[in-house]
Amino acid sequence: MLAYAIRRVGLSLLILIVVMTAMYGMVFLVPGDPASLALGPRATPELKEALRERMGLDQPILTQIFLFFGNVLQGDLGTDVWSKRPVLDQILEVFPNTLILGSVALGWALVLGVLLGCAAVVWRDTVVDRLLGVLSVSVISVPSFVIAIYALIVFAVWLNWLPAIGAGEAGDLGSQARALVLPAFALGLGWVGYLARLIRASMLEVMEAPHIRTARAFGMSERDIVFRHALRVAIVPTISVLAVGFGGILSSAVFVESVFSRPGIGTLITAAVEKRNYPVVMGTVLFMTAFYLMIVTAADLLIARLDPRVRDVLRG
Amino acid sequence: MSFVVDPALPARRGIGRALLADPMGLAGLVIVVTFVAMALLAPWIAPYDPIALDVKAKFLTPSAAHWAGTDHLGRDLLSRIIWGARLALGIAITSVGIAGVIGLVLGLVAGYGPRWLDSGLVLVFDSLSSLPMIFFALAVITVLGPGTLTLILVIVLVSFPAYARLIRTQTLTLAGADYILAERAMGARPGRIIFRHLLPNVVGPLVILICMDIPVVIMLEAGLSYLNLGVKPPSPSWGNILAEGYTSLRQAPHVVIVAGVPLVLATLGFTFLGEGLRDVLDPRGAGRRWA
Repeated sequence: MLAYAIRRVGLSLLILIVVMTAMYGMVFLVPGDPASLALGPRATPELKEALRERMGLDQPILTQIFLFFGNVLQGDLGTDVWSKRPVLDQILEVFPNTLILGSVALGWALVLGVLLGCAAVVWRDTVVDRLLGVLSVSVISVPSFVIAIYALIVFAVWLNWLPAIGAGEAGDLGSQARALVLPAFALGLGWVGYLARLIRASMLEVMEAPHIRTARAFGMSERDIVFRHALRVAIVPTISVLAVGFGGILSSAVFVESVFSRPGIGTLITAAVEKRNYPVVMGTVLFMTAFYLMIVTAADLLIARLDPRVRDVLRG
Repeated sequence: MSFVVDPALPARRGIGRALLADPMGLAGLVIVVTFVAMALLAPWIAPYDPIALDVKAKFLTPSAAHWAGTDHLGRDLLSRIIWGARLALGIAITSVGIAGVIGLVLGLVAGYGPRWLDSGLVLVFDSLSSLPMIFFALAVITVLGPGTLTLILVIVLVSFPAYARLIRTQTLTLAGADYILAERAMGARPGRIIFRHLLPNVVGPLVILICMDIPVVIMLEAGLSYLNLGVKPPSPSWGNILAEGYTSLRQAPHVVIVAGVPLVLATLGFTFLGEGLRDVLDPRGAGRRWA
C-alpha cells in the first residue's frame, strides 16, 4: 500500500511538472511576447520594455523557467499584469465560492443519483427502469450552461423566486444559499443522470454476488438487499468517478458562473483571458490542475484502501 | 472514457435495421439527419441572410414572417440557427476527425513501438487528460487569441489523448494475437503489420468513441463562443446567439429561449444515436440500455 501510495503521488507530481513546463513553454512557441499581447498594438516601446522587465521576460529562457518553478514552490504564482496584485491572493479569494458551488452540485446529484439508480434496480426491466434510463441519458447530454440560462429565465426573471446574479451578500448565509440554488441545480442535473446510470450498472453486477443470493435465500426483501447490502459494494467505483467528475464539474462551473455572474474561478479566468492577462490565466490553470490532480490521487488511494481486490492487484 | 470492444465483431448486416428497431436510436438518427441536412442545405433553406441587419425589425417575437423571431439587430433567428448548424457540425466533425487521425497514429505507435516510446507517449496522454478540460482550453486561447482555428486546435488537443489511449490498449491486446505472431514469423515488416493487420481491427471502437464525443464538442464550441472566446461574431454560432440573447434577457427572452433549442436537440440527438450505435455494434452491451 505504501509503495503504491508513493508511486501514485510520484506520478501525479511528474504530470504536474510536465504540465507546468508545457504551459510555460507554450508562451514561447507563439510569435509575440506576453507583454506586447497584454498591452495591445498601440503600446509604446518603453511601456512594453517596462512590462517585460516586470514580468521577468528580459531574462534568458532557462533562468525564467528556473525562477518560475522556484516561485511556484514558494507559493508565488506571479503578479497580475494590471492590478499588480499577487495571483494567488486573487485565486484564494474566489476559490471558496467555486468549491462550494461544485460540492453542493455534486452533493445533491449524488444523493438523487443514488436513489434513482437504486430505484431502477429495484424495479429493473419495468417501465420505471426504462423511463429512468432515457431520462438519465437526456439530462447527461444537455449542456449545463443552457440549463442554467433556462433556469435563470424561469425562476429568476419570470417567477422572481431566486436571485439572477451574484453569490449573495457577504456574511448573510440566507442570501448566499438562495444565490446558490440555481447554479447548483444547473451544474448538478447532468450528474444525477450519470450517477444513476453508474450506480445501476455497478449494482446489477453486485446483485449476482453470492452474499446477495444468500440474503435472498434468507427471505430479505428486495429493497433491503439493494439498500443495505448491494449499495455498500456498488458505491466503490463511484468514488473514482466522483473524483474525476469533480474536475468536470469545475470545468462546467466556468460557464455556469458566467451565466449567473457569480464570483469564482470561472469568472476570474474568463475575465483574464479576455484581457490576455497571462499571469492570472497561467496561475489559475496551474492551481486548478494541481487541485484536480490532488483529488484524483486521493480518490485512487482511498479506493485502494477500501477495496482489497485493488490492493491485492497492486501488491502482486 | 475507455471501453474495449472486441475487434473480432460482428455481423454488420443488421446495423441499420437494429438501429431502426430501437426507439431511442431512431429518434437520435432522425434528429442527427435533420441537423446534417440543415448544415448542408443552409444556403437554400434559410429564409433570410443570417447576418443581414434590419434594425427596424429588432426583437420581433416569433411570427409567420420570422418563425423564430429576430434578435437585437433585427437578424432572423431561424436563419441564424440553420447557419449555426453548419458552423457547429463543421467545427465538430473537422476537429474530431483530426483528433481521431492523431489518436490513431500515436496510439498505434505507442502500442506497437518500443517500450521507451510507449512510456513517453503515455505520460503525454496522461498529462493532457489530467488537465481540467476548460482550463486548458482557456490557456491555449490566451496564448493564440480566440477564433475558429484556435477553437479547432483546442478541441483536437483535449480529445486526442482519449482516442490514443483507446487505440493503444486495443493494439497491445492484438499485438500478442496468434495471427500477428504468424505474420511476424513470416518476416513481415512492422509497417505491413501495423497498416494491414492492426489498423483495420482497431478502427471500429474508435469510431463509436468519436461519435459519442461529438455532442461534447458541440457543447464546448457553443460554450466558448458564449463566453466570446470561440467563433467570432457576427458568425451565427449557437453560442454567439445565446450570448447576444443573454444581454437582452429581460427585454426579449425569446432570443435566448430559441437559441437554446438547437443546442439541446443536437446534443440529445447525437447522444441517442451514439448510445444506439454502441448497443448495436457491441453485443455484450446489447439490451443494457444504461450501462
